[in-house]
Amino acid sequence: MIHTRALTKTFRLRRETVEAVRGVDLDVANGELVAFLGPNGAGKSTTLRMLTGLVEPTSGTAIVAGHDARRDSAGVRRGIGYIGQGHAAGHYHYVRDEMVTQGCAYGLPRRAARERADELLETLELTGMAKRQSATLSGGQRRRLDIALGLVHRPPLLFLDEPSTGLDPQNRANLWTHVMAVRERFDTTLFLTTHYLEEADEMAERVVIIDHGRIIADDTPGRLKATLAGDRITLGLPDPDAAATAARMAERGTGARELDVTGPHVTFRVPHGEEVLPEYLRALAEAGITARTARTATSTLDDVFLTLTGRSLREETGAAREGNRDEREGHEEVAV
Amino acid sequence: MTPFRDATTVFVRESLPTWRAPAGLAFSMLQPLVFLALFGPLLSGVGGMPGGSSWQWFVPAILLMLALFGTTGTGYTLLTEMQTGSHERLMVTPMNRSSILAGRSLKDVVELLAQAVLIIALTIPLGFTPHPMGALLGLGLLALVGLGVGALSHALAIACRRHEEMFYMVQQTLLFPLLLLSGLLLPLELGPAWMSTVGALNPLTYVVEAMRALFAGTVADPVVLWGWVAAALLAVIGLSLGARGMRRAQS
Repeated sequence: MIHTRALTKTFRLRRETVEAVRGVDLDVANGELVAFLGPNGAGKSTTLRMLTGLVEPTSGTAIVAGHDARRDSAGVRRGIGYIGQGHAAGHYHYVRDEMVTQGCAYGLPRRAARERADELLETLELTGMAKRQSATLSGGQRRRLDIALGLVHRPPLLFLDEPSTGLDPQNRANLWTHVMAVRERFDTTLFLTTHYLEEADEMAERVVIIDHGRIIADDTPGRLKATLAGDRITLGLPDPDAAATAARMAERGTGARELDVTGPHVTFRVPHGEEVLPEYLRALAEAGITARTARTATSTLDDVFLTLTGRSLREETGAAREGNRDEREGHEEVAV
Repeated sequence: MTPFRDATTVFVRESLPTWRAPAGLAFSMLQPLVFLALFGPLLSGVGGMPGGSSWQWFVPAILLMLALFGTTGTGYTLLTEMQTGSHERLMVTPMNRSSILAGRSLKDVVELLAQAVLIIALTIPLGFTPHPMGALLGLGLLALVGLGVGALSHALAIACRRHEEMFYMVQQTLLFPLLLLSGLLLPLELGPAWMSTVGALNPLTYVVEAMRALFAGTVADPVVLWGWVAAALLAVIGLSLGARGMRRAQS
């Protein structure tokens, strides 16, 4: 569905040349659900905009939905659906009018566009809103309308740029129910960006992480967490001396990372923590040390990012929307 | 025929809110109507005015004013849609970029013509007597001006996409000098000589003169030809700048 080779984008921002994307190789097969993560300015939006034909790549190739993004961007746009960060429907337009327009924009005859509009409004539980101006809808309803607009031409590949940002947990869950139902029904390939790491962890089958314009990780969330971040083991020991011994043993025996000893407590990070812990406790017992408390905590995708880059993705979440705007605006600098 | 289809799709989309609530059209007519009601009567008291009824002189100009006040602001809608995301959504569809601009401009022209016909209909009972053939040609000329001005407004919107507040600053700053230096409200000959000189550089001056000649029925007057040339020039510049902006703004 997506095949890129050495995809790059450089643009000029005030007199500086910015390499936003530096050689991205990415393959997404039919039916996959991929979450694309990265901090602000990492090249996430730029990559997405190249894949959707909004921005022309500087070099490299991108075949999206069977079309070359550089030579046939109209072909790419025919084959994909794109749900951007903003609101897709015009404020003063009726919900159904926008749906019909969207069908026509993809070449459906007006009558077929009307039928399709009604069908999708029904699917996304918006039928009652058909004759309302889109500005009067609630946040959740507007987002569902965005999804409906993106599905009009039954795209085999759907891009979602932060689909759930700004929604409350209930609406977020509702949105996901709809997205997953669409996927189930039409076998749609989904490629999404999100700032909610838990969401990527829970929903995506595959996580691709981009930083400084390069892909630095690409695997299932489970494997990424297990191999890159591992689990955090925290042990309470009778006294600091025992803790120091325990720490030395952890270092030798288990391949522990981020080892830390504070008073009688030892914490470290290790792959497959739940398997390592019993083994480790037994070794400690053999050395005459009895742990008083033992705990493993599974890692998060943020831990993965932290391990890979030494930075946290989460710190950026607060400034997320702002930053994304900057990145988008960065693109437009190209135009000037 | 796809570009044509795309333009139609966009034209229909842009027009739908007006079709759903046509009363909105009247609001953008308000300013020219105020001038018609409160400025028109003053003209009859001004010495040195060209002969004939002041309506004859003023109504064609008011139609042009409609094009200026209404159509120069059209880019703001595009600007808003660039901020909210609905423009992006249309840009991701396979629609032709130039058709998106064409469809938007077409909507401006159709609304302008509807308003112009309404103003003519309102002023005939007051004593305005348009020459039928000339009026038809005059509306054609008005449409061409509307097309050019609308496209320029879109180009301005795209240029201001990161500084939203600039749009109205530039629009307002340009609007009034262009208006006053076109002889639209009062003949430039009433002022000092430099005003006529500067006015001669303003394409609108030629359009105003052509409009007056057309509505009076002097269709073969050379000023009419110059009016068309000025309007065509405006349209070509507007459309090429607009289309260029549309292609570049997102790509």
